[in-house]
Amino acid sequence: MDLVFRALADATRRDIFQRVIGEGLSVSTLADDYEMSFAAVQKHVGVLERAALVTKERHGREQIVRGNLSTLRRAAALLDAFEEIWIGRATKIAEILGEKGSAT
Amino acid sequence: MTVISTTTDPAALNLTVVAEFAASPERVWAVWENPRQLERWWGPPTYPATFTRHDFEVGGESRYYMTGPEGDTPHGWWRMYMIDEPRRLEFANGLAGDDGEPVPGVEPMAAHVTFEPIEGGTRMTTVSKFVDEAQMEKMLAMGMSEGMTQAVSQIDGLLTSEAA
Repeated sequence: MDLVFRALADATRRDIFQRVIGEGLSVSTLADDYEMSFAAVQKHVGVLERAALVTKERHGREQIVRGNLSTLRRAAALLDAFEEIWIGRATKIAEILGEKGSAT
Repeated sequence: MTVISTTTDPAALNLTVVAEFAASPERVWAVWENPRQLERWWGPPTYPATFTRHDFEVGGESRYYMTGPEGDTPHGWWRMYMIDEPRRLEFANGLAGDDGEPVPGVEPMAAHVTFEPIEGGTRMTTVSKFVDEAQMEKMLAMGMSEGMTQAVSQIDGLLTSEAA
């Protein structure tokens, strides 16, 4: 997961990731929109790919990059479960604090 | 309302929960320090916790187990890293084996808790930091109620259909 965190710590990579969530885009299409070399964009895509945030697929001479939401989705669902646990804990603490004789 | 806000950061695997209580920071601190009070709220409703050890000092460790509806007793442990009474608490929380001792190879999660005096009470902020999804799943499997399992799969299903 550290890979995901590091991959998304960079503004260009966050931008690339967001653009390829809805539709697959070729590396050259992506590269057209950034003031950096094709190789640099390809490198960013590689970082996203290693974090399992995107997949790359070859179509003839083009490489199509697509967002892979399942990685973040799974993490979000797991965090939601822990959130439920903590809400339950806080509610119980409030009950304990509200009992007679517990005030200081 | 007790819980004021919750923030999840799936990329960093952090969870922040802010709660406010109508009691002094010293009193809220006591529900962490006193093992008899701690075990009344630490475990989920269907998995009440029993702390067999609670060395509430820097470097000190705790041992506990929870008793599930089927009589299963998952074990866990804490190690205290910072104690600044009644302001801040930092500890690791990990899984233990049937002997009650930490399971090697499973990283603990980190918890940072702050207590701030506010008008009429205390604001308690807990930040939980996880290492990876496998760790989160193992921690959740420990004393995770059926309802919570359902909640997770529902959320998963929802997100899957959204992406489709």
